[in-house]
Amino acid sequence: MKAAVLQFPGSNCDRDMAVALRNSGADVTMVWHKETSLPDGLDVVAVPGGFSYGDYLRCGAIAANSPITQALKAHVERGGYAFGICNGFQVLTEAGLLPGALLRNAGLKYICKTTPLQVATSDSAYTSSYTKGQMIGVPIAHHDGNFTADAHTLDMLEAEDRVAFRYGDNPNGSARDIAGILSANRRVLGMMPHPERAFEAAHGNEDGKGFFDSLVSAVVPA
Amino acid sequence: MKARVNVMLKNGVLDPQGAAVRHALGAMGFDGVNDVRQGKVIELDLADGTSEDTIKSMCEKLLANMVIESYTIEIL
Repeated sequence: MKAAVLQFPGSNCDRDMAVALRNSGADVTMVWHKETSLPDGLDVVAVPGGFSYGDYLRCGAIAANSPITQALKAHVERGGYAFGICNGFQVLTEAGLLPGALLRNAGLKYICKTTPLQVATSDSAYTSSYTKGQMIGVPIAHHDGNFTADAHTLDMLEAEDRVAFRYGDNPNGSARDIAGILSANRRVLGMMPHPERAFEAAHGNEDGKGFFDSLVSAVVPA
Repeated sequence: MKARVNVMLKNGVLDPQGAAVRHALGAMGFDGVNDVRQGKVIELDLADGTSEDTIKSMCEKLLANMVIESYTIEIL
């Protein structure tokens, strides 16, 4: 599996993401935001967490208009896989690649803790190693993770089985406890929790490993 | 020319920051504050003759997130 990790000024989970992907067997290339194209033959693009462009204007808004994001949109339009974690989720919603938006946490505080997460569907390239309904623990670290969308969009996400993860104890006010969602073709995923921070024994928690195992087994080498 | 863009969360979108400001005003003894909505003001210094359509495009592509926010434009 050939993967790229995008790097924006202010990204800070890019190297963790690369380590998780490499240790899962992926061939990883780091791609700077000023690039206008992605490597050839790419299977998956990861948009990492952090504070792209200092979170100025709105989280993810400026990264969503960065040169590399145009190439990411083309990759997704071709049916390529892409996922965004934390700030990466914010970038994907701002870029219009996923519906909804992430507002300031309902409690107004930055929250950094391991949170219980329910796998809401196992029908995706990111969640197939889990069983539907399985509870896992994955760290969150965000100030703006309060997922919102209009009622019609929320109904559609649920009806199409596009909620990937739900919070066990909603920490941030997200609509219908949603922690992660999928695109209509199920190949684009965004989530606020960080599976790359719960990947190996040294992290004290390996519950995020299934995310990467799913991806590697789902994506057939190009 | 200058233009001022006011960006507000749409009605119905929860505004936790506005709610916190309302609580603070109440705690300070300001009675009768029913609601507070917090937005952004963005001032643009533009080439003369920039059309309002161009400014609208700036708003919809970057300055406001149309999923959760609305905007108004004032030409100064």
